[in-house]
Amino acid sequence: MNQVADGEIVHFDNVGLRYGTDREVLSDVSFTLFPGSFYFLTGASGAGKTSLLKLLYLAQRPSRGMIRMFGADAITLPRDRLPAFRRRLGVVFQDFRLVPHLSAFDNVALPLRVAGVPEKDIARPVGDMLDWVGLADRKDARPATLSGGEQQRVAIARAVIGRPEMLVADEPTGNVDPEMAIKLLRLFEALNRLGTTVVVATHDVHLLTKVPDSLIMRLDKGRLSDPTGALRYPPRRSSTPSSGPLAGPLSDAPL
Amino acid sequence: MTWRPALARGWRRISGVGEAELVPQARLSGPMPWVIAIMVALTIIAASAGLALRNATASAAADLEGGATVQIVEANPDARQAQASASLARLRAMPGVTSVRLVPQSEVDALVEPWLGAGALDSDAIPVPALIDVRFDRPATPARLAALRGVLKPIAPGARVDAQSGWLRPVFAAMASLQWLAIALVALLAVALAAAVLLAARNALGANRDTIEIVHLLGGTDAQIARVFQRSIGVDAAGGGVVGLLLAAVVILVLGRRFASLGAGMVDRGALGWADWLLLALVPLAAVLVAMVTARITVLRSLRKML
Repeated sequence: MNQVADGEIVHFDNVGLRYGTDREVLSDVSFTLFPGSFYFLTGASGAGKTSLLKLLYLAQRPSRGMIRMFGADAITLPRDRLPAFRRRLGVVFQDFRLVPHLSAFDNVALPLRVAGVPEKDIARPVGDMLDWVGLADRKDARPATLSGGEQQRVAIARAVIGRPEMLVADEPTGNVDPEMAIKLLRLFEALNRLGTTVVVATHDVHLLTKVPDSLIMRLDKGRLSDPTGALRYPPRRSSTPSSGPLAGPLSDAPL
Repeated sequence: MTWRPALARGWRRISGVGEAELVPQARLSGPMPWVIAIMVALTIIAASAGLALRNATASAAADLEGGATVQIVEANPDARQAQASASLARLRAMPGVTSVRLVPQSEVDALVEPWLGAGALDSDAIPVPALIDVRFDRPATPARLAALRGVLKPIAPGARVDAQSGWLRPVFAAMASLQWLAIALVALLAVALAAAVLLAARNALGANRDTIEIVHLLGGTDAQIARVFQRSIGVDAAGGGVVGLLLAAVVILVLGRRFASLGAGMVDRGALGWADWLLLALVPLAAVLVAMVTARITVLRSLRKML
């Protein structure tokens, strides 16, 4: 598929990835992600989900193939332009990757500080975000004193605080109870309705039915199958609310 | 004025002051500030020794360069006295001579007393030459000395003329060698300091590698991350540098007092001037600069290995 559709946010064309001289963990992966869409990436453990996400959040370059992201060739993109691209992404890492010496508040504030947001404009959105993920009373806690679920919520808050154009989440509901999992999915949906493209990798098949209009990408031994046809045809677009709570600060939106 | 914002930006780039606290301050762990303090103290002491030697040598050389000693060698005391007086009068009339002094007998006695013992000169059994101290307005060159000899020959045929600096030439050579030694020590200590800071920076980097990777993946630029490290390591190096400077200052002042109390001519002329102290105060600043540059290079190299 060499023809690139208008309005794409990401386009993979025959992408392959191998680590060192091992066999390819991803082979001939081709797809297009459209702005404002919600994607689930599924597959068994070892299918290559995390490797695909690493390519998406620019932590890895492919061994072959072509990747376009935000209208630029992500493979030949000079290294010094990568930070600006990374700031347009929100990432929830599978192992959370919180900074151990920073409080929950400072971890969530990190993307804003990296982007040079003035300190006076940081306290309120970060406080609201922590409130929304139910951690307002734990804002001063260090990651080591937080439970797995709490750490995961801090990681999610950090990923969405900057209102990214694309959110990439690796098993974001893996460590939380079903009720919190649904709540977090609602947060992703709210963000999606604001225009953020969301890619959630999960092996929890029950989640796939929880988000209407979501599209499913299935990985099997490093190869992509396309059960909904989303990767061949432009998806139906979600309707974006023009007014209501989501027009205000993200943290005001109902779950 | 356009240079002010540019200067402020430059300072911010170097110091990292005003940057958001992206990661916790990466302190040089454990004993590193103390190692830096000791290195700085040793460097300052070695440098101050070199400077003191230079001052002493320069001061002594300035004194001696324009001086010559005339010895009136004559066995007969009366003839010696007469020749000395005539020589004094002749020398005073010589152009280029600023002062002429007949060294009093008491001083001559004191000079030879350690070798001949007290009272040995009371009788004229041992004829000791009369000494005349001559000062020129310019260095005592061989040509000037030859002219002096020419003038004195008819008056005092047994007169011997020596440049004063000639006597101390071996001492000056030894002091020059010691100065080179001090310079070499300062250079070696600077290399050791840079190596210590390099290890400390790598250590701090290793301890914070995960954090750096996270900030990197969240869109932090290499320069942003490097600034955080170079600032915190610079702060630690500054702390070590100040302690080292104070330590060295105490040592130098105590030693200086000791030497001054010797009252031994050349030694107490090695006192450090304000320019020397200024130079020594630059050592901790240089240490901070070395630490920050080393940290920056180390962090940037490590980051370039990441995508």
